[in-house]
Amino acid sequence: MTPTDSNILRFEDVSLHFDTTVALDHVSFEMHPGQTFVVFGSAGSGKTMLLKVAVGLVRPDSGRVSLFGQEITQLREQDLFDLRARVGILFQEGGLFDSLTVAENVAYPLVNQHALRHAVAAGSAGNGAAARSVEDRVRESLRFVELDQTLDKFPDELSGGMRRRVGIARAVVSEPALVLYDSPTAGLDPITANTIVALILKERDLRNTATLMVTHRYQDGHLMANFRYNPNSGQIERAGGGGDVSQVSTKFLVMNGGRLVFEGSEPELQASQDSYVRKFLRVGGA
Amino acid sequence: MLDLLKPPIEAFQEFVLLSIRAVRNIFRGPHYADDIFIQMDVIGVGSLFIVSLIGLFSGIVMALQMARALTTYGAQGQVGSIVAITLVRELGPVLTAVLVAGRNASGIASELGSMKVTEQIDAMRALGTDPIQKLVTPRLIAIAVVLPLLTIISDFIGLAGGYFIASTMLGLTFSEYWTTAWQALEYNDIAQGLLKPFVFAIIIALVGCFYGMRTTGGTQGVGRSTTSAVVSSSVWIFVLTAFITYIWNRVFVKQ
Repeated sequence: MTPTDSNILRFEDVSLHFDTTVALDHVSFEMHPGQTFVVFGSAGSGKTMLLKVAVGLVRPDSGRVSLFGQEITQLREQDLFDLRARVGILFQEGGLFDSLTVAENVAYPLVNQHALRHAVAAGSAGNGAAARSVEDRVRESLRFVELDQTLDKFPDELSGGMRRRVGIARAVVSEPALVLYDSPTAGLDPITANTIVALILKERDLRNTATLMVTHRYQDGHLMANFRYNPNSGQIERAGGGGDVSQVSTKFLVMNGGRLVFEGSEPELQASQDSYVRKFLRVGGA
Repeated sequence: MLDLLKPPIEAFQEFVLLSIRAVRNIFRGPHYADDIFIQMDVIGVGSLFIVSLIGLFSGIVMALQMARALTTYGAQGQVGSIVAITLVRELGPVLTAVLVAGRNASGIASELGSMKVTEQIDAMRALGTDPIQKLVTPRLIAIAVVLPLLTIISDFIGLAGGYFIASTMLGLTFSEYWTTAWQALEYNDIAQGLLKPFVFAIIIALVGCFYGMRTTGGTQGVGRSTTSAVVSSSVWIFVLTAFITYIWNRVFVKQ
């Protein structure tokens, strides 16, 4: 890989097996800064494993994975921690620490992550405008997901949608360059689901974060590709005409049995004749 | 045959790797001092009452049993020395450790096990923190500091329990009992009595964490891990005390 290569996440022929089941089957793709990726797939198609492999939580059997231009496949766990601090992850069920309060959960990466802890300490030591305490950043992040009234509550006191929002607040509190969302709308009612996607759009468009979202709801992908957050009105709006940036930079992937069976834009997805791919178009009914 | 041996060997390898990483983390950052103190409070202060109670009654029982035997030889004056030696060398460390294993190896295994099955351990790794550094090492340090202290307290309260029996049933005076008890103990015994809890502490912490971290299979799995942690840490305590005593006698005690 050349140093000028600006990809943020790259899979090269990645395969992963568990006993006899295939989790990932020769998966290759490349993601650049500011891009949005939407990954569709039915249950057990390897979507979640894709995310876990992307940040080195699971090591592939073969192939190479690069994160921020650094190959992570051979990296020691110890060296991965600082790299992971630059990625935000929302787990399927939120992945919150149930014995910590909402505020402690959101503060967790800032308080416990080696590199971030140093960054925060250096900031509060007096770097002028940039100096923000952990508490400020936690409050800011929770205000972002409109949950700044629940600081002292525990995760089990919150509804499913609220837990998901706390998970987003924790994923973005460190201002990562890449955020991975694992089925952020699974098990939520349509209205709550749209609120969650709106938050994801807001994070993406306000900070120009590269976003990879795994989902089985076509509606989520459609929103990601065609809508954007307007900072002036504070609303989600349909993105502009044909040459619109967000339309171009949103890419759809479809996974089946660990294999990548489709890669392309939304119009290409809609034009696909593959019966498995078309299944996702029908579910959303967009 | 080889297939049968594979799982236990793999488990042992996993245990050794976890132990190496947990110990190595003591010497490198980031350190989570808050977690160490919280664990010391939970394990040390939390066990204090029950450890004292068990210490007291083991001293009483030792004195009662020995009083009968020693009276046969007219040597009931020696009850203090026998209670002191058995408590400091063996009973104090082992009973305290078994108690802490029951209380805290189970607590650790179930806490970490629940975190494992709800993907909180993965979340920790994904957020860029080392679960071993954050969860295992603080518990290891906390128990290694606290268990020898608990053992000292338990030994002392046990001796006091022995004195209670010696004075009420055998009519020994304060100085008769405590002088024989004190003189019976050599530095050798005290060193052995402090080495043991230190070794047991390492076993309790690592076994508890090991079973917790490898939990699979939901709520039932957490139950299984908890049981395994208590059973194997207790067994190891007895195996190691025999082992340490044997080696100690060979190396340090001039026959």
